[in-house]
Amino acid sequence: MDTPTHLARAQWMSLLAQAEPAELAQAMESLTPPAAATTWLRPPQTGLYMLRGRVGGTGPQFNLGEVSVTRCSVQIGERIGHAWVRGSNSHHAELAACADALLQDAGQQPQLQAQVLEPLRHSLDQRRATASRKAAASKVEFFTVVRGE
Amino acid sequence: MYVAVKGGEQAITRSLQLLAEARRGDLATPELTLDQIRQQLRLGVARVMQEGSLYDEELAAMAIRQAAGDMLEAIFLLRAYRTTLPRFGYTQPLDTNAMRVHRRVSGTFKDVPGGQVLGPTYDYTQRLLEFESTAPVEPIEATEPLPDAMPRVLDLLDAEALIERIDAGGDPEPIDLTREPLMFPADRATRLQNLARGDEGFLLGMAYSTQRGYAESHPFAGEIRMGEVDVLICPEELGFTIEIGSITLTECQMINQFHGGNGLPPQFTRGYGLCMGEGERKAMSMALVDRTLRCDELGEPSYAPAQNQEFVLSHSDNVEASGFVQHLKLPHYVDFQAELSLLRTLSAQHAHRAKDEEAATQETSS
Repeated sequence: MDTPTHLARAQWMSLLAQAEPAELAQAMESLTPPAAATTWLRPPQTGLYMLRGRVGGTGPQFNLGEVSVTRCSVQIGERIGHAWVRGSNSHHAELAACADALLQDAGQQPQLQAQVLEPLRHSLDQRRATASRKAAASKVEFFTVVRGE
Repeated sequence: MYVAVKGGEQAITRSLQLLAEARRGDLATPELTLDQIRQQLRLGVARVMQEGSLYDEELAAMAIRQAAGDMLEAIFLLRAYRTTLPRFGYTQPLDTNAMRVHRRVSGTFKDVPGGQVLGPTYDYTQRLLEFESTAPVEPIEATEPLPDAMPRVLDLLDAEALIERIDAGGDPEPIDLTREPLMFPADRATRLQNLARGDEGFLLGMAYSTQRGYAESHPFAGEIRMGEVDVLICPEELGFTIEIGSITLTECQMINQFHGGNGLPPQFTRGYGLCMGEGERKAMSMALVDRTLRCDELGEPSYAPAQNQEFVLSHSDNVEASGFVQHLKLPHYVDFQAELSLLRTLSAQHAHRAKDEEAATQETSS
């Protein structure tokens, strides 16, 4: 059994969590294994993480407030998939955990890369680029007016 | 002191029915959906999340609807709900330097690398009521997006080392006020957690007082930025760090004139504000109060209310404040009866004494 490098797994887990739940559901539609083949080791559960900030952005840590997070773990065949996603959308967490389990299977990975990860990455990049270009359009040049001119 | 009272169940049930009816209003008008609240009242949602101390737009929208727009009630609802959820852990420190910026302005440096970006702000609106609601124009998109990460203005432009630098200093585990009581003196990290949960109106008033002369404050808004920041956690099950999504944050770096003292050279010192969602007024107020509360550390004379951490931190929480003020509505019948009886005695004594004095005066004059 190939074990994916932590880096690759961290990247896809992050992408699955950052994805729009509806887009993830659509991408996973034909890939989600039948219920009989999946064992939910930990059904979706919503809880809290305390968000940490840093004093002045760079200093010692402080507690800013909490954020809701939904986590779950699933076993598909020999592989165990985990998910932690922000918010309380259980379905999002379930899909992400299933995708994580399937992606660990070298045989299925190329298909998931093409059918799930790449479209999600593209969509995320698009959304961010659009927001960024809109913000960039409101970039301002302030001129200091010299008195008496 | 208030006492338990019996009875009134029926009246309470009917009061709840009246409340539900008043909240819903005319049934012919459609009920607000959570999406409408999330999208069209997003600044209210941000405030409820920040002071409710829980980032979840859906739950905050639900709380606002249930509270009929009473923000403090909505904050209370969210605080109460969070106690039912298990705590999974702590996130990695949020990296605001890597923020995907939607707005970033500086009141101190005109030309900041990356530029000043106005973003969606009310600052340049004319505050004229719009009687007709019009569909917004699709915003123009620049051809180039902003740089991936915008370095913080103050870190970047401090070539002369005249602006205080703050390092992690061994990165101690901060006190968590949701787990431990507030003790005095509170360190800066603890104070910031308290201020982050604190009432915006209270902090705004405190911040305003420092500007009006009730503290040593000569602030400039070094940088205000708002945008998306990734949330990272490192679960034990994995042993490596993953992103679990992103959140909107507003960060304010105030810089204040400082003539030196307590072994520190003259420099600009910093006040820091950070809050969930778009909350510029809150972040700026927080930064001003944070800086003011550093008076002991910086050896500044301390005389103003905003410099007194016990005063500020003990009264910043609107759930606590609202509870204590409003508890006066509860039955204080026994207390009041006791006071009433005392007052009757005093009043009788007073009348008696007056009568005696009057009699004495008449005797002397006759």
